[in-house]
Amino acid sequence: MADPEIKSYEPYHESRSAAVTESRPAQAVLMAIAFAFLGIFLLLPLIIVFHEALAKGVGAYTQALGEPDARSAIHLTLLVAAISVPLNVVFGISAAWAIAKFEFKGKAFLTTLIDLPFSVSPVISGLVYVLLFGAQGLLGGWLKAHGIQILFAVPGIVLATVFVTFPFVARELIPLMQEQGNGDEEAALSLGANGWQTFWFVTLPNVKWGLLYGVLLCNARAMGEFGAVSVVSGHIRGLTNTMPLHVEILYNEYNAVGAFAVASLLAGLALVTLVLKTLLEMRYGAELAATRGH
Amino acid sequence: MTTAPAQAGWRFRQPSVIPGFGLTLGFSLAYLTLIILIPLSGLIWRSAALGWIDFWAIATDRRTLNALEISFGTAFIAAVVNVVFGTLVAWVLVRYRFLGRRIVDAMVDLPFALPTAVAGIALTTLYAPNGWIGKLLMPLGIKVAYTPLGIVIALVFIGLPFVVRTVQPIMEEIDKEVEEAAATLGASRFQIVTRVLFPGLAPAIITGFSLAFARGVGEYGSVIFIAGNLPYKSEIAPLLIVIRLEEYNYPAATAIAAIMLALSFVMLLVVNLVQTWSRKRYG
Repeated sequence: MADPEIKSYEPYHESRSAAVTESRPAQAVLMAIAFAFLGIFLLLPLIIVFHEALAKGVGAYTQALGEPDARSAIHLTLLVAAISVPLNVVFGISAAWAIAKFEFKGKAFLTTLIDLPFSVSPVISGLVYVLLFGAQGLLGGWLKAHGIQILFAVPGIVLATVFVTFPFVARELIPLMQEQGNGDEEAALSLGANGWQTFWFVTLPNVKWGLLYGVLLCNARAMGEFGAVSVVSGHIRGLTNTMPLHVEILYNEYNAVGAFAVASLLAGLALVTLVLKTLLEMRYGAELAATRGH
Repeated sequence: MTTAPAQAGWRFRQPSVIPGFGLTLGFSLAYLTLIILIPLSGLIWRSAALGWIDFWAIATDRRTLNALEISFGTAFIAAVVNVVFGTLVAWVLVRYRFLGRRIVDAMVDLPFALPTAVAGIALTTLYAPNGWIGKLLMPLGIKVAYTPLGIVIALVFIGLPFVVRTVQPIMEEIDKEVEEAAATLGASRFQIVTRVLFPGLAPAIITGFSLAFARGVGEYGSVIFIAGNLPYKSEIAPLLIVIRLEEYNYPAATAIAAIMLALSFVMLLVVNLVQTWSRKRYG
């Protein structure tokens, strides 16, 4: 198989005869349409975020970010990501080990179930927890009697975030570990390593870039999730507002600079995610299972 | 890979020297059950407990029907737009070499990485009557923000990478020889693209379409800002669920959610059938 890195350096279209590519003018037209489309739909929204955030100067921008409610939203978003991402990492590694290293009945079904949260509307992902833990919910009465607050509090936000980011790490690791096979692990075991040693010193180093890739995508979604968190949060300012929810509140109060200032942090996070993702794909493309698609 | 002998009989798992099967499968199943399966089955249980008469009354409510129609209708249009432009973008990225191709390629993933609420307020600001794009469309009599057209715009943004990222890898795999053979047999470029290349790409395009469509139907964050949210006109189904929840009308919220899940499931089933058919047809 040709190395994709090398392939990308040769001028592709020049190796094609006129019959198997478009004429130069046609190419120019197709590229112009594609660039115009991407410019309008991707680039302009990104530019306007920073444009609006800085519309009243740097002073107003930093002031908007220094506001107590904005700071507490930033803290809550970091806290929620710091809990939900590691949870899904542990699950992702565990599920990938079971699915990639063993042959068992119902494996395909289990893999389908792991992808389920991707086909559920974020609002429904939040709703299911309201039905479970809400005042009229199945466990609502019991929780109230014991004084446990899940909904409209941090645990509910974490649960909703875990739900929507559930598949990211697992679906990155499963194909990667399947591709790598069991040979390395079997060699380690036959040389006397125990299960944990095999995992720490053989499997984990083999999949570390794929794992990082999954964590990156999982984290971006965890920090940016809106619909599911909106349903379970209760929108209590300074207490249960994550950054995306705070953006909504400020925007609805016609505080454009405030809304876009917080939004610019999230847009910055998205850009950092894209840069790291691209670097990982360029550097370790061969070691990543799914460098394309989700 | 180990293969079982033909006469081994039923066996839950193939033997393996690798340890940890019970631990990892047990933990994964427990976590999956707690986080996903129990909450989701709670939804199904609650909607089943409604009874047919109540369920039917909610399902055939004018506002519910309109919201579902708007969600599925705008998601369908946006997915069609994305099929056209997403395929074109994939083609340009795969076939042409130009300066900054890596950056353009990375940019396609922006809708995956950008939080939906940020996309929502950015698009609304652009397409509002006094926004950069809205200002240009206003003299033409086109209103985008606070109309169903705005919903389509938001869903085009959200769905684009699904089409590009499904079609792109398949395009990269097309052998140059196939096109050369067609050319030597006298096919024009147009014939090669429509009769030779397109059939091979059709299953990937259908997959991309269904992913973008499914995502669009459930999308909430980017839409609610630009939609205007007028009941019967520009109110999407996920928003109606939120509204019913805020009214403490749990049965209605549950019923609408169950209908959305069922419709999405039927749609995925249909897409799978179409895909099987197109694989058979175009091989």
